[in-house]
Amino acid sequence: MKGRMISPGKAEGEAIVSKEPIGFYGGIDAKTGTVIEKDHPLEGQNVKGKILVFPNGKGSTVGSYVIYGLKKNGVAPRAIVNKETETIVATGVILAGIPCVDQIEIDEIKTGDKLIVDADNGEVNHA
Amino acid sequence: MELTKQEEGILNGDQGEVLERQMRLLVRLGEIYNADKMIPVGSVQVAGVSYKSVGDPGLEFLEDIASNGGKVRVLTYLNPAGMDMKDWKEIGFPQDFAEKQIRIMNAFGAMGINTTATCTPYLAGNLPRFREHIAWAESSAVSFANSVIGARTNREGGPSALAAALLGVTPNYGLHLNENRKATLRINVNTELKTSSDFGALGYWAGKQAKNGIPFFKGIPNANTDELKFLGAAMAASGAVALYYVDELTPEADAQEVGGLETFDFGDKEKKETYDTLNTGQKPDIAILGCPHASIREIAQVTSLVEGKRLGKPLWICTSRTMKQLADNLGYTKKIEKAGGKIVADTCMVVSPIERMGYKKTGVNSGKAANYLPSFCKQEVIFKDVEKLVEECLV
Repeated sequence: MKGRMISPGKAEGEAIVSKEPIGFYGGIDAKTGTVIEKDHPLEGQNVKGKILVFPNGKGSTVGSYVIYGLKKNGVAPRAIVNKETETIVATGVILAGIPCVDQIEIDEIKTGDKLIVDADNGEVNHA
Repeated sequence: MELTKQEEGILNGDQGEVLERQMRLLVRLGEIYNADKMIPVGSVQVAGVSYKSVGDPGLEFLEDIASNGGKVRVLTYLNPAGMDMKDWKEIGFPQDFAEKQIRIMNAFGAMGINTTATCTPYLAGNLPRFREHIAWAESSAVSFANSVIGARTNREGGPSALAAALLGVTPNYGLHLNENRKATLRINVNTELKTSSDFGALGYWAGKQAKNGIPFFKGIPNANTDELKFLGAAMAASGAVALYYVDELTPEADAQEVGGLETFDFGDKEKKETYDTLNTGQKPDIAILGCPHASIREIAQVTSLVEGKRLGKPLWICTSRTMKQLADNLGYTKKIEKAGGKIVADTCMVVSPIERMGYKKTGVNSGKAANYLPSFCKQEVIFKDVEKLVEECLV
């Protein structure tokens, strides 16, 4: 699948997919990487070491700092794949140095799929 | 996006990892919004300053940039902090909160930022000129700079404003381009606007109609900069208005073509309904003025209302450190304190933890504060003019 590089780098790992947008501030715990937003489809799951796949970000702009915090605390996803990366997530992944690709048909990815993300070339493929 | 040789070099890491990521951020945002190039900015105002807003992740991010030697290249001010940086203990801000807030300010200071923390930088020494490109972040300051001064700024996020400060440039898109600055709706004002809260009520109502559009107001015969500040602040809070025009009063209003625009009417009925909507409580525990930060004219007005009288409830006037010092020099601070009031600098009620300080019902004269206090600070709101609020607080 060919998309657009938002933040460079390469990563391989298991996908964790949310059909719903993710608001990082108040949505994911920066210390543990656990999704804490009430009634979110991923509530209680952990994003550490995964390829985190979701349509787009939402909520407070402080979410960018939470993404940075996840990386700093060693609990960040290995890469992020979006349908459309908006400024909160774009800002967070670039500042944190997390590979990120958008303009990807995320409906073709299921939780548990093994993915190879080559953000430098804007590519996301099943392993 | 077309980059200069120097910008390319920074993007390739010539000037270290901090600036590489900052440049990557601006380039990516520029590409998302179809910018053709970077443009130099005359000044920056950074948001995301209160510990209440940015929390530990923001604090750590800022300390990392500071410890890696990040330095700003242009005049840079800050949005309000979460507390008065001098009198926090006496006013009752919590100790744990204060320690984190001080670390945030120290990190900004180490970057060479002028740590004057205010939503009215234009009153505190950071005054752009007409058509100057700037990168400001706080929504009411953005509205004032674009609309009342005629400068050019998008509404920046905290990190993108900081990146503009560290690099001295911003991507050329949005409100930096003349073609994106045309009025998109017209609002006819058919009621008299007598007080700052009337301007706030109009702003709250207009923001709901305009959403992220550019309103053109007709029927406001006169307004001073304080009143325009209240109008713009409320519109930027209830909607996402970053630029407006007032017929005859603001720059480039006479160049707008408003003939075919969708038109809305704000009359006595709309004004009353807006006051009713914003008033969610009665009998305030505390009255807080200065959202956006009070000018010296507003502080003088409050001084004349309370001088020689006794307040039975706390009355705060939030303002910049610069205006506070002017009020000290002019003797206003002493008179207000003698009556039992307080001039609080560096912070405001929206970004300070007033809900942790025992207050449940807050009186305000600001449409913006009335918009945010119920959600951000879990307050019931009493929305009134300054004179009536002060009266409620007097013994």
